[in-house]
Amino acid sequence: MLSRVAENLYWMSRYLERAEDTARLLRVTRHLMLDYPGTPTLGWSSLVTITGAEAQFEESYPHQDEASVLAFLCLDRNYGGSILSSLGAARENMRTTREVMPREIWEEINQLYLTVSNYLASGIAQRRLDDFLRMVIRGCQTIVGLIEGSLSHGPARRFCDIGRSLERADMTTRILDVRSANLLPRTPEDLTPFENLQWMSVLKSLSAHQMYRQRTRSRVRGPEVARFVLQDQDFPRSIYRCLDDLCRIFQKLSRHGQALSGAATLRDALHSADGNQLASSPDELNGFIDRLQIGFGEIHQAIAATWFAGVDSPAPVLAQ
Amino acid sequence: MTSIDWSHYRSTSYDELMAKGGVPHRHAADLVQHLDALSDEDIAELKTTADVAIQVMGITFTVYSDAGMIDRAWPFDIIPRIIPANEWRRAEAGLAQRVRALNLFIDDLYHEQRIVKDGVFPAELLSESVNFRPQCVGISPPKGIWAHICGSDLVRDKDGTLYVLEDNLRIPSGVSYMLENRNVSKRVLPELFETGRILPVDDYPAQLYDMLASMSPRQGVEPRIVVMTPGIYNSAYFEHAFLAQQMGVELVEGSDLIVGTDDQVYMRTIDGLAQVDVIYRRVDDLFIDPEAFNPDSMLGVSGLMRAWRNGRVALCNAPGAGVADDKVVYAFVPKIIRYYLGEDALIPNVPSYLCMVEKEREYVLANLDKLVVKPANESGGYGMLVGPHATPAQRKEFAELIRANPRNYMAQPTLTLSTTPTLSEEGLGARHVDLRPFILSSGDSTYVTTGGLTRVALVKGSLVVNSSQGGGSKDTWIVETGED
Repeated sequence: MLSRVAENLYWMSRYLERAEDTARLLRVTRHLMLDYPGTPTLGWSSLVTITGAEAQFEESYPHQDEASVLAFLCLDRNYGGSILSSLGAARENMRTTREVMPREIWEEINQLYLTVSNYLASGIAQRRLDDFLRMVIRGCQTIVGLIEGSLSHGPARRFCDIGRSLERADMTTRILDVRSANLLPRTPEDLTPFENLQWMSVLKSLSAHQMYRQRTRSRVRGPEVARFVLQDQDFPRSIYRCLDDLCRIFQKLSRHGQALSGAATLRDALHSADGNQLASSPDELNGFIDRLQIGFGEIHQAIAATWFAGVDSPAPVLAQ
Repeated sequence: MTSIDWSHYRSTSYDELMAKGGVPHRHAADLVQHLDALSDEDIAELKTTADVAIQVMGITFTVYSDAGMIDRAWPFDIIPRIIPANEWRRAEAGLAQRVRALNLFIDDLYHEQRIVKDGVFPAELLSESVNFRPQCVGISPPKGIWAHICGSDLVRDKDGTLYVLEDNLRIPSGVSYMLENRNVSKRVLPELFETGRILPVDDYPAQLYDMLASMSPRQGVEPRIVVMTPGIYNSAYFEHAFLAQQMGVELVEGSDLIVGTDDQVYMRTIDGLAQVDVIYRRVDDLFIDPEAFNPDSMLGVSGLMRAWRNGRVALCNAPGAGVADDKVVYAFVPKIIRYYLGEDALIPNVPSYLCMVEKEREYVLANLDKLVVKPANESGGYGMLVGPHATPAQRKEFAELIRANPRNYMAQPTLTLSTTPTLSEEGLGARHVDLRPFILSSGDSTYVTTGGLTRVALVKGSLVVNSSQGGGSKDTWIVETGED
């Protein structure tokens, strides 16, 4: 497979996952806000914080209210992380790699992007918001399903899987980071029912509520949620699982040394971290998440150097 | 309730479907009967089906405009254009003959130039040709084939005669749209395909692959073939990706390739460098190798010409093939066929006046209001003067251009291109069409597409069929009628 194509597939997959995760986050926040109207501080503004694009947001929007945040995160063409821009970027990356992917996948991405851009003219009416977000999530899931069901287990699929796992780990970390900053109790017994509901929203934005209940068999509590999201070995969106998936995929690619050791080191650090300790201290959790984020950046660098840019260096390793 | 009213259908020329008197040609009878049974709602529904299919399949082409790049949905008319199979068989033979002669001609020009020495082809035409590449002199590509893929434009005049209007030997495009039009057409008019009389077109990618594979310098080993594109901003990118996908080969850009010190071409892959044997290049000659041609080219690969010259890689089409793709050279093709094959051209040329010949130039200048004037080396319908539709000022400007550079211009009578029924805002109308078949040459055999890409001028009365200038397209049916 061409290095350039591998790179495009990787980004296609990352952008698709970003669009889906953003839609999930919006959907859950909206439900939460409907239960607790009049508490704007905890809701919409924190979404902008999760994306890390506060500065750009403030340039275009005077208020951090629902309408502005939704416009920014759903349909803002100037913000690269909006659902529309992410799908557009996924489509552009897919467009240049169309010849290696089953045609249905291109048709689905193309269709999803066109459908979402049709909302540009009218905006998204409040009563249609949930339909819109569900449509985005379903569209992304359909594409993931098509990849799962119709793309051979070759390099194209591996680079799709790598992009998805890394982006998923990254988005999960962001959600946990922002939510925990104002949610983790300073003292462990300090939980109010309201905070529990917010933790529930963290789980729901990851579609993790049921899996959490099955795993922990206890009510939703902040520290346990944090541990589950960080360290659970089986839940597909837990950070541990994403890193473990990455390790498995890397092993199937040639010249995987650097990328694999990066992912494995991070995974093992996560495994041996004291979950209770992290969950009981917002500052420690915050520091640990920063470390994870730096690690993700390093894994990306390793991937790029090995399979994307790395082959630009004149080291003629001859392929079969 | 039927909605198509043929009683108002009028063609100003030969019509591909309807004979005089409002009766369909025999080869179009089934289609016309089928259309007659449709209501307005049915037709609207079929159009929507086609539009949705085109949108979902992502069939697009790119146009440049003041506002930047625009990716437009492919303009498609649901009513096919039909040619009877017996007529098509004659056209096929004529096209194969033409391309055979053109390949001999190109090979001769880069070697002994016998045709010039024998006084059949003027030396000054060659010396002034902008598409003659001195870098190619003395090179012998495999089997003497330079133009592996040719797209020739066929038109029909008022009396129904088929002419070759031009040959595209550099990087002809449109074949993907021919294939996609058929896919859309099958979704829109499935009933008519059940008769089994419409010949299939989908063999092209396999034929293209086989031809390319036969050019590989490493015979006996499964060759690595790539399609080389200038990138996603090229107007034909859709086609490059489509063909690579259909053939199951890599679509590469210049930056994906590298020529080693061993003169082999390699592509950069996730497993390291991999040797490339055949490049179906969709990048213009002047940009394929900054070392040999345009040093500023960002699209090319340094050393590619070196690799090709040394026989390490096959380039299709070969650099320099465009020397025969010149609207002035075109006028000589009947002579070229006679010279190399000793045969008369099976498909006639449109009568042409060469501005380099004094007498013909005088005729052209005196009759600018009746003629179409074409520059030697433009494509896409650019730089042309359509005399009857031009303003006096435009004609004056062209007269000056011709006087300043007569070698660069030729003129032809304004043909009244044949028409075919086409859906428009005002219902069914007669619109002018042409046809671009594609011809593959491997040296051992020649393959001609079954029909080709029919392009249609969607504007009433217009003769410009180029998609970049408001043209559309139709599926082309070659229909078996049982006649020889």
